[in-house]
Amino acid sequence: MRTGKLNGPLFLLALLALWELAAQAEWVNALIIPAPSKIGKLFFDLVLSGQIPMQILVSMKRALTGYLLAAAVFIPLGIFMGLSPTVYKFFEVIVEMLRPVPPPVVIPVALLFFGLGDEMKIFVIFFSCAWPILLNTIDGVRGIDWVLLNTARTFGLSRAKTILQVILPACSPQIITGLRVSLPIMLILVVISEMVGSTDGIGYFVLDAQRRFKVAQMYAGMLALALLGYTLNQLFNLLQRWLMPWQRGRGELE
Amino acid sequence: MSILEVHALSKSYRQAGGDTTLAIGNITCQVEAGEFVSFVGPSGCGKTTLLMTIAGLLAPSSGRVIVNGKEVSGPPANLVLLFQEYNKSLFAWRSVLGNVRFGVEARGAAAPAADAKARKLIALVGLKGFESHYPWELSGGMQQRVAIARALAYEPEVLLMDEPFGSLDALTRLELEDTLLRLWAELKTTILFITHDIEEAIYLSDRIWVLSRRPSQIVQEIRSDFPRPRHQVTTRAEARFMALRNDIYRQIGNQGTP
Repeated sequence: MRTGKLNGPLFLLALLALWELAAQAEWVNALIIPAPSKIGKLFFDLVLSGQIPMQILVSMKRALTGYLLAAAVFIPLGIFMGLSPTVYKFFEVIVEMLRPVPPPVVIPVALLFFGLGDEMKIFVIFFSCAWPILLNTIDGVRGIDWVLLNTARTFGLSRAKTILQVILPACSPQIITGLRVSLPIMLILVVISEMVGSTDGIGYFVLDAQRRFKVAQMYAGMLALALLGYTLNQLFNLLQRWLMPWQRGRGELE
Repeated sequence: MSILEVHALSKSYRQAGGDTTLAIGNITCQVEAGEFVSFVGPSGCGKTTLLMTIAGLLAPSSGRVIVNGKEVSGPPANLVLLFQEYNKSLFAWRSVLGNVRFGVEARGAAAPAADAKARKLIALVGLKGFESHYPWELSGGMQQRVAIARALAYEPEVLLMDEPFGSLDALTRLELEDTLLRLWAELKTTILFITHDIEEAIYLSDRIWVLSRRPSQIVQEIRSDFPRPRHQVTTRAEARFMALRNDIYRQIGNQGTP
């Protein structure tokens, strides 16, 4: 389908051309909707001057710290909750009570405890990424076939080795799913928490531009976030292929 | 001293309603080192439960299992159980080499030696050239070959096999029977095999124990003393082979349908 492949980009170009025309001819208020060429040029200037990359770096440091902390705590917890009904019952009520809390609601609480610093944002991200990671890991462990576990036992594997060499790889597809679901949540919450209480980061950058009525700069920040989200997803795909080489090509055959 | 002794073994289950069902009646038997022995019985006679209890994966309700003079209270180090469901027991995330190497590593061998040994076993089961394939890329018969190589890599003194060829097509099954006999003769492992295929039991074994329906008990012991190496055509064509088959079939058939 060679023609079909180009339809999407062509439609986008047509829309951009129409937008450009509308802004130049002042059919729309150019103060609120600047021409895409203006936004594009400003975006490149802000990238080359290092302003946008620096803000993204600040945000990513917070985001990934919270995200990786959530993975480090909730993957092991999920494994133990999946394996042991006792551990599951122990944590079940707490998890079920905290999970439905909309993550932005945690921000005021976090502000109280951590103030305006990085710790507040890291905690909010840690909290919001926790649940998809935890629940998918529990599901993954519970889905492991008893034949696989008995195979580990008949080969005399210790409990620790069974977890590391059999259970962890066996439920890695579900763990990866949890991590993937958490990725956009991480991005959303780093932006929100920076909008609420911060003096830097890409979330602050967008809000600050809007407040100062630097509208083109605000759009440039949005563009940066869109590209960031896309890049993160692509990087995640690479990571997944590297972590699970046995799944390569599997989809095409089955 | 026999390598494997089962004394008055019984196993009952508590069902969902609270009733207990006796799966294994009262089984006593001995396997000598280097022997190939089979249990043959109707489906649903508790064969898998029996093998899992002998393997130390289930605790017996009463009776004892003794492997090499030591009473079994958990999975013994010198025994391994091979499951019928190769697609579930193989490690999907490990290549053929990785799966077989697992068997060597579980035995406690160092990594470089493990690699060489795994490659040797892969060649022995006829999978040379497939070392870097993943299980899902292989046919069912090839996957079960990997599982056999992995079990043998563990160097068990006793290999328990739970209907290992039950889900393979007829031709693949015959091929794997011969591969197994070749490996058994070469590695001198003791094999305790479970099947519901009477002819397979006769073809492979030195001795056969015919099991009754639930609660399973040994109703007869039969010697299968055809000369080795056996041959799929000539051994199975012997008049005695057919007579033995009919004899066992009557034993199982006599029990009627439940």
